[in-house]
Amino acid sequence: MEFQTVLTTCPYCGCGCGLLLEVLDGKVIGTLPSKTSPVNEGRLCVKGWTVHEFIMSPSRLTRPLVRRDEVLKGTSWEEALDLSAKRLKEIKEKYGPDSIAVLTSAKCTNEENYLLQKFTRAVLGTNNIDHCARL
Amino acid sequence: MGHKIKEQVQKLLEEKRIKGFLGLRELEGHILPHLFCNPQELESLSLGDWKKAGDARYPLNQILIQLATKYPQETFAVLVRGCDERGLRELFKWNQLAEEKVVPIGVGCPDELAKACECEKPFPDCLIDGLKGEGARSQRVHRVDGMDLDARLDFWLGEFKRCIKCFGCRNVCPMCFCNECSLEEELLVGKGEIPPDNPTFHLVRAMHMVGRCIDCGLCEEACPADIPLRTLYKKIAEIVNEEFGYKTGYNVGEKSPFNVIEVK
Repeated sequence: MEFQTVLTTCPYCGCGCGLLLEVLDGKVIGTLPSKTSPVNEGRLCVKGWTVHEFIMSPSRLTRPLVRRDEVLKGTSWEEALDLSAKRLKEIKEKYGPDSIAVLTSAKCTNEENYLLQKFTRAVLGTNNIDHCARL
Repeated sequence: MGHKIKEQVQKLLEEKRIKGFLGLRELEGHILPHLFCNPQELESLSLGDWKKAGDARYPLNQILIQLATKYPQETFAVLVRGCDERGLRELFKWNQLAEEKVVPIGVGCPDELAKACECEKPFPDCLIDGLKGEGARSQRVHRVDGMDLDARLDFWLGEFKRCIKCFGCRNVCPMCFCNECSLEEELLVGKGEIPPDNPTFHLVRAMHMVGRCIDCGLCEEACPADIPLRTLYKKIAEIVNEEFGYKTGYNVGEKSPFNVIEVK
């Protein structure tokens, strides 16, 4: 038997609330707000309180999906990345870079968001990048 | 403080009288709930005092219910303050925990915490470490009672208005153990509406704290909107005492008037 609480950061938005995941025998069974986190001081919003639910959800995506004949099907990262690169290139050549827009997320790290804006501006060649927090 | 607790827990673990001790540990500057199964780990034991007395308390009894549900044959020790001990007694009465499978390890609260809580009995009867401090009468309830009826209604409506419906008060509550919650009953509380119905949401919860609330104050600490929930539930406890002559969690062996089924 092993029970521990693991301190981590809420993945839902950019606030970065500290939360504790209650882990019993390797399974996440609950969430508690961290009292010692300077960001949220023992409080959470309704989303933070339910983080443990999606971690163990069977409908969570664990690999990339590609739409074939209107249906999303699981595939390898290699195939998904190759297809994305190929299609983005085709669209950029045919309609120009401003025909592409990128939407990034608060669930990503700062570094990932930096990389994505760099990719959008330097590789795709457009300023069309925004963030889900502005929706 | 704490070495008497460490000694006691170490003994219990070595004699294999418990499977583990549910308490708090300090790790990298944070305080977290932890199940101590190994005496060596007790080095990192914390009593929940971080920057001030008792500012890093967690609902240990709530975690204990989850452990006991999965391992009903095992005996666990648990760190309890006065409020937590009252909680255990009620949880035994409501059949949420088996008394013979729980070893309470009592710690008394420092005066600073007892005063901040306006706690009537800031120490458990199973006291092993810490103070057997003096109880205090609640001034906060007195202050609200001092308002006339209209002012009091305005006060509470104004406080409840800030609710963001995070359900934190319910989620953190060590005495909220129902499988179905009235706060998720659509006829009482509309889904997807923020702020929730005022005052329905908070009064529904308050009604369900009758004979349950043991005045630990974790709900108020978890509230992002600073709603004085503790004042509300302290008032509920006062009414329960006046009307039913019952003090939630205070007396061992006394039946709760709220879960007695009379067979005629």
